[in-house]
Amino acid sequence: MSSPRKYDPPDSPTSVGWTRPQVVRLADARRPFRLECGRTLAPIDVEYETYGRLSPRGDNAVLILHALSGDAHVAGWDATAEAAGRPWRLRKPGWWNGMVGPGKAIDTRRWWVVCSNVLGSCYGTTGPASIDPATGRPYGCRFPPVTVGDWVRLQARLMDHLGIRRLHAVIGGSIGGQQAMEWALRYPRRLDNCIVLASGARLSVQGLAFNMVGRHAILNDPLYAGGDYYQNGRGPDVGLAVARMLAHITYLSEPGMHRKFGRRRNAGAGGEGGFGPEYEVESYLAHQGRSFVERFDANSYLYISRAMDAYDAARWGRGDLVVACHRIRARTMIVSFSSDWLYPPRQSRELALALCRAGREVTYVDLPSDVGHDAFLVETEKVGRLVQAFLESGGPGR
Amino acid sequence: MSRAPRRPASLARPRGQVGCPACAEVEEILRRLDPALRVEGADLMARYRRALRKVSARAPAERWQDRLIVRKIRPGASVLDLGCGAGDLLAELMCRRRVRAQGIELDPEEVVRCVERGVPVLQGDLDHGLQGFPDRSFDYVVLEETLQTLHRPLTVLSEMLRVGREGIVSFPNFAWWKVRLSLMIEGRMPETERLPYRWYDTPNIHLFTLRDFLDWAERERVRILGGYAYESGRVRPLREDDNLDAEEALLFLRR
Repeated sequence: MSSPRKYDPPDSPTSVGWTRPQVVRLADARRPFRLECGRTLAPIDVEYETYGRLSPRGDNAVLILHALSGDAHVAGWDATAEAAGRPWRLRKPGWWNGMVGPGKAIDTRRWWVVCSNVLGSCYGTTGPASIDPATGRPYGCRFPPVTVGDWVRLQARLMDHLGIRRLHAVIGGSIGGQQAMEWALRYPRRLDNCIVLASGARLSVQGLAFNMVGRHAILNDPLYAGGDYYQNGRGPDVGLAVARMLAHITYLSEPGMHRKFGRRRNAGAGGEGGFGPEYEVESYLAHQGRSFVERFDANSYLYISRAMDAYDAARWGRGDLVVACHRIRARTMIVSFSSDWLYPPRQSRELALALCRAGREVTYVDLPSDVGHDAFLVETEKVGRLVQAFLESGGPGR
Repeated sequence: MSRAPRRPASLARPRGQVGCPACAEVEEILRRLDPALRVEGADLMARYRRALRKVSARAPAERWQDRLIVRKIRPGASVLDLGCGAGDLLAELMCRRRVRAQGIELDPEEVVRCVERGVPVLQGDLDHGLQGFPDRSFDYVVLEETLQTLHRPLTVLSEMLRVGREGIVSFPNFAWWKVRLSLMIEGRMPETERLPYRWYDTPNIHLFTLRDFLDWAERERVRILGGYAYESGRVRPLREDDNLDAEEALLFLRR
């Protein structure tokens, strides 16, 4: 195993330091939010974080979009972790800490960075665990279905609230990359640059299959209780852990797992009638499952994975991706990772070619990496070099 | 396993040394030639002897084609550069001609350099073709010094003339007299300033001559709109009979 990853402490000059999440009510009874499914939702609170300083002209805003299990806490150390009941944030900085900070690829001395938690999630933004004002109880699975389009429209509402008319860039990986695409398609005149990492115009059928198995594990856990498990003391922890373990395998790659674990055995293996965690990879996955249950809500997992299934950028062209891409005005960079089998390079390439066919300038890079889909989070050196270069180059003569 | 027979000492000459044995070989070749070709061969021999007397310390002119291409391309046009490297040409075109630029490059390091200077680049292998690019979707498609490195050069040529209204192609001419003589006299694969590779490490896998290329153009009914030759450090308009004199050629094509 590699040595434990070193994080820069809050007092480091390269860290954004101590952070405090902010929450804003973006929809209420007077101003409800109409979802793509046709239903309206109110109230809606959105948790977000910002780093750096907005320039007087407001032209240095960079919006980061998080993936399935992510949150608004992109970088730095959460000063409210203890009080907010988020102990896992005491051990680790934000999920893209290696990319965002003073002097890092997304340099907070230059850019004003903002990230918000998506609708339906469980990190401060309204979701299935929030109280339904109609019943006084948590929504559970009575929460309306949400889509990538809903997330992006809500983010636009947040930008309005913050007074940002035009973004210098939107950046996201995985389902965050699909939000970035959706931004470029839905609000072509509100952003200059769009960076899509480890993503595609839609999830592959293999991805649909994996998501289905994950949901199946949650829905068939006896403690799921039709989604109303919040008052029961325990939720469908086993199902959620299975979903996470399965999903986690899709974030890695065969050569990456071989390098990280091989077939090494645990010391003192055995137990549980010989079916306990025998190999290192087993205890690793079990740990991933356990720690995920500690910090994530099963209903949120169901809603977000459904949004991931449903997204298709070609919808903007009535099924034709090239027609859809005609809408885009932003400079676009698409990055895939050679060993990613959740959003394989072929799909990123297809998206890049569609942009090219639509007569748009596009940059597509397939980065060599053996860590699989997770590369967009882990390979901060390679990704950082590209992202920094793209953010800072307006193109020659511009 | 039996040992390989030793090479006779006379054949184990170090390269680059042109002594009498080589001249003797050439004399022998000239003797075997048709009388008609013998004159051309003798002329070549004389020129080679003259060239050997001069010590060539001239630095190779990198990308001599670029300024000609920049001059040729009209402002606001769209340009696709196949094998764009670090994006030198496109960056200049974006600055000076305000073109809609798009590069394609295989080498990851070069791709990153393109990104750093803001040149839009698709990482990809030209040998996989330009599928997905609609007909005539670019005003110009450029293929600089790349044709001879491709596995499927003809596919890429016809693709470039499908996707672009005009094609711009440049390549080393393997019939250049110095190249011919180095093969003829030394009996080894040529190494020149513009082709500085050994047989085993060269990226140039499909070597051809200006005449070969013009034959292809005639067969495929591709019109040559104009061209330039690079010869001994100078650039001049291409002549009808440049197969011997052009070290490299730059051609403007249209289907």
